[in-house]
Amino acid sequence: MTTTTGHHDDEVAPELAALDLPDKPDGPGAAMMISAGIGIFMLGLFTVLAEASTGVKDWLQKWEWGVGVGPLAGKTTVATLIYFLSLAVLWAVWRNKEINVKTAFYIGFGLGVLGAIGTYPAFFQAFAP
Amino acid sequence: MELTNRETWAVIHGLVLGTIYLLSFGGALAGLWSLRPGLITTAGIKERMTRLYVGFGVMAVTAWLTVVTGTWIVYPWYRVKLADPDFAQCAGLEKPTAACSPRDFLLSNASGDTKEWHHWGMEWKEHVAWAAPILATSAFLLVLYYGPRLISRNWLRMAVIVMLVASFLGAAVAGALGAFINKIAPIS
Repeated sequence: MTTTTGHHDDEVAPELAALDLPDKPDGPGAAMMISAGIGIFMLGLFTVLAEASTGVKDWLQKWEWGVGVGPLAGKTTVATLIYFLSLAVLWAVWRNKEINVKTAFYIGFGLGVLGAIGTYPAFFQAFAP
Repeated sequence: MELTNRETWAVIHGLVLGTIYLLSFGGALAGLWSLRPGLITTAGIKERMTRLYVGFGVMAVTAWLTVVTGTWIVYPWYRVKLADPDFAQCAGLEKPTAACSPRDFLLSNASGDTKEWHHWGMEWKEHVAWAAPILATSAFLLVLYYGPRLISRNWLRMAVIVMLVASFLGAAVAGALGAFINKIAPIS
């Protein structure tokens, strides 16, 4: 039975026809890809900002709640919150929309690479005053 | 033959959770790699997808547990400043003590040229590790959302594999550096 009309899944893989899969928009998939990039980018950005600014470092350290984690607490907690928040918002906004997942992947990938660079010591330590 | 409370947490963080993560990564990668048209029957797809959902889910959960235990339980024991600024309490030591934390010990160069293990190794590990659960979670959600449709969408399947492998690389860098650092300056 042909049910996946928009993406023609069972034309590429006939074994899927018997599963009677409803078609799904790509919006949520794009949200998952871009939000991952946003989360990692924010992680790298906070790492750089904490090195460059004492004010940011002190603010990030407040997230440790006396446990002794230091500014790493804020960098990771806030980046994680932004990841889940961006995922929820983009998913809600794009839940019924067809978004190009290739473009979304490249955006997420680019943000992720920038974030990963931001977490590399030789890079972020160069921003120390 | 016993482990201290701190050693037990270090084992849970690095060995137990790390091993579960690695096992689930291997299963998830193998399962997703062969999720291609013409390779699996309809009945096989159902069985394969259940395993993939469980594998990706376990990977995402263990990745979060690993970074949370590492950052919030083990890391404070590593970074606490016990020694004076000149690291006098670390002089002549071969391992960290109650007066010289692992971080103090590495920075003191008391047992060879160890300072870079903190400045480069620990500084990279503690940050890049957090990319792993973020990527693993999005990869898990993608598999959960698209399900068997990934069979017919090769490009999308490869994108999920890239995210999966990137998650593993982040965890591998963190895990390897953690193992080396714990060898030189163990938490005990």
